[in-house]
Amino acid sequence: MSYFEIILMLDATLRLATPLIFAALAGLYAERSGVFDIGLEGKMLGSAFAAAAVAAVVYPHLGGAGWLSPWVGLLAGILVSVALSMLHGFACITHRGNQIVSGVAINILAGGLAIALGRAWFARGGQTDQLGNEQRFTAITWPGAETIGDIPVIGPIYAELISGHNLLVYLAILAVPLTAFVVYRTRFGLRLRAVGENPAAVDTAGISVPWMRYKALIVTGVLCGISGSYLSIAHGASFVPNMSAGKGFIALAALIFGKWRPFPAFFACLLFGFLEALEQRMQGATIGGLAVPVQLFQAMPYIFTVILLAGFIGRAVAPRAGGIPYVKER
Amino acid sequence: MATAEPVRAPAWVRVGLVPLVNLLLAFIVTGLVVLAVGENPFEVLRLLVRGAFGYPEAIGYTLYYTTNFIFTGLAVAVAIHAGLFNIGGEGQAYIGGLGVGLVCLYLDFLPFIVVLPLAIIAAALFGAAWAFIPALLQAKRGSHIVITTIMFNFIAAALMVFLLGKVLIKPGQMSPESRQFADHLFLPKIHEVLEPVGISIGRSPLNLSFIWALVCCVLVYLFIWRTRWGYEFRTVGQNERAAVYGGISPSRVTIWAMVISGALAGFMGINEIMGVNHRLLLNFTAGYGFVGIAVALMGRNHPVGIVLAALLFGALTQGVAEVPFDIPAIDREMQQVIQGLIILFAGALEYMVRPHVERAYVALFRPRRQPVAAE
Repeated sequence: MSYFEIILMLDATLRLATPLIFAALAGLYAERSGVFDIGLEGKMLGSAFAAAAVAAVVYPHLGGAGWLSPWVGLLAGILVSVALSMLHGFACITHRGNQIVSGVAINILAGGLAIALGRAWFARGGQTDQLGNEQRFTAITWPGAETIGDIPVIGPIYAELISGHNLLVYLAILAVPLTAFVVYRTRFGLRLRAVGENPAAVDTAGISVPWMRYKALIVTGVLCGISGSYLSIAHGASFVPNMSAGKGFIALAALIFGKWRPFPAFFACLLFGFLEALEQRMQGATIGGLAVPVQLFQAMPYIFTVILLAGFIGRAVAPRAGGIPYVKER
Repeated sequence: MATAEPVRAPAWVRVGLVPLVNLLLAFIVTGLVVLAVGENPFEVLRLLVRGAFGYPEAIGYTLYYTTNFIFTGLAVAVAIHAGLFNIGGEGQAYIGGLGVGLVCLYLDFLPFIVVLPLAIIAAALFGAAWAFIPALLQAKRGSHIVITTIMFNFIAAALMVFLLGKVLIKPGQMSPESRQFADHLFLPKIHEVLEPVGISIGRSPLNLSFIWALVCCVLVYLFIWRTRWGYEFRTVGQNERAAVYGGISPSRVTIWAMVISGALAGFMGINEIMGVNHRLLLNFTAGYGFVGIAVALMGRNHPVGIVLAALLFGALTQGVAEVPFDIPAIDREMQQVIQGLIILFAGALEYMVRPHVERAYVALFRPRRQPVAAE
């Protein structure tokens, strides 16, 4: 593999890791507040559909302001994801339902709704209308990428790896230190972590446990919405049934692999993104005459996570109050 | 939410009425979705019921889907009795089907009467093995069974794509499927069995595995409520600490509950692989494993309830599949919407409706006896 090919691989890694980063951070807020969220996949799918559908429908009406349509699409994606997240909260926080069951319900419901509505509204077998470049978040070329790109060694890094991504990719990378700051350096973050470890203590301090968890789920909804929208209006150019293809669960795996911490989760996302890039590259490749089993790369994130959870490489300890509905003593 | 004084309502309200109210809510919301795509919900409902029960073939199809749901529902229920959430039924059924397929592909020189028990054993063993690893990891290493079983679903999917694409694929064929099994290994269809006896029902994929599903219901009932092991399961499920004081090992229960659960899910492979498809193929589990959660929830983890809930989901699956012939705007995914809503209302929001229904019942029917208590 040449130097330039390696750069291209890393470039692909970044693009493939972006939805994982958003979704893993989304899961981080929910799970750190003590609410398990296996519904990341459903929220991604729902927001991917909403973003693509709205971006497609709204474009002709915007006239000269067509550049706004990806933003309107993103907003729609976020709204749908937040709504699903609030449904999760309504079931698990307000009514103390089982968080896993609620997550399963949201996954099945969102997946079904996206296709059922899409097929009825767009009559394209579940796909939404193809989006033009003005309706999507397109690659941003950084100043001087053309000229600097010719410089050996450093040039390709700047021109391919740093420049030439869409806005959401950069946003994902910014979201990581921001999340770390929020979780570890702000009052909200302290309360968030406390409510996930020992909600009774938070309650004693006069802070509402349900409201704290709802706030966490709103953030989860927003981030998951961006993740889903990225799939359909930035990385892709329309909604395709089941386009999230388990990414919500890979993000969940990355979150666990990163032990529920922002930066380790980010690196896990990059690793899993790299595996996906590798899988795409190895398609049909052979090593010593034997076909490379690309499915091994697909399974790797899950295998890693299982091994980690079993405590064979370090220890992943979930937030202590995770999965348990909080009942205020009376 | 005030959870006032304990409301006393008869058991049938909780077991029968509450699930019906939840079901009704799920149907109402689905009706709204149907309205949103511009169709008449009542017309869709009429077509759905006709599609599920309207003619002999339809009933056969409904029962064929029911078979799958009974297996996956029982799988979830057995684990829940031991306090475990087995969300990996999908993967266990997938691998169970692999076991059935391998027996049918490589032991086809044997007569049917020998292969059938071997296939059943293979389904159980393969499904159980896929549940055993997560169970072992939870029991011995403390990893969360929900997460590991989810991961194992995906690992199963990748494994099957690999095996069917590279190893078991019929040579000279593009689609990742095995060759068809030998004719004599097809599990007899119910209509074929009944024909010689003079009973004629419509042709459908309904096969003998339906009988096996019902047998499994009886076995699960006997096991959970009539044996010592079942008692141990339920004790661990209700209070693990009490179980330890009672001399029961929770880790052993965890492993056995998951193994039995996995085996039950694996039986789905008998129906799909040996009964209907007669070859190994991708994605034959089609989400039945996840719907098993809904079946167990609706059926309140009791075999009788599970049969009824499985029938409901079987009818939905078959009924919704028929609707698009008349209303193209409604497609199969509408079934997924209903399933999701049922899981939501009957499972995640179970505490939303229940107190209201119970209180309403008490308010309506109990006060008559109240004056006696007054001095």
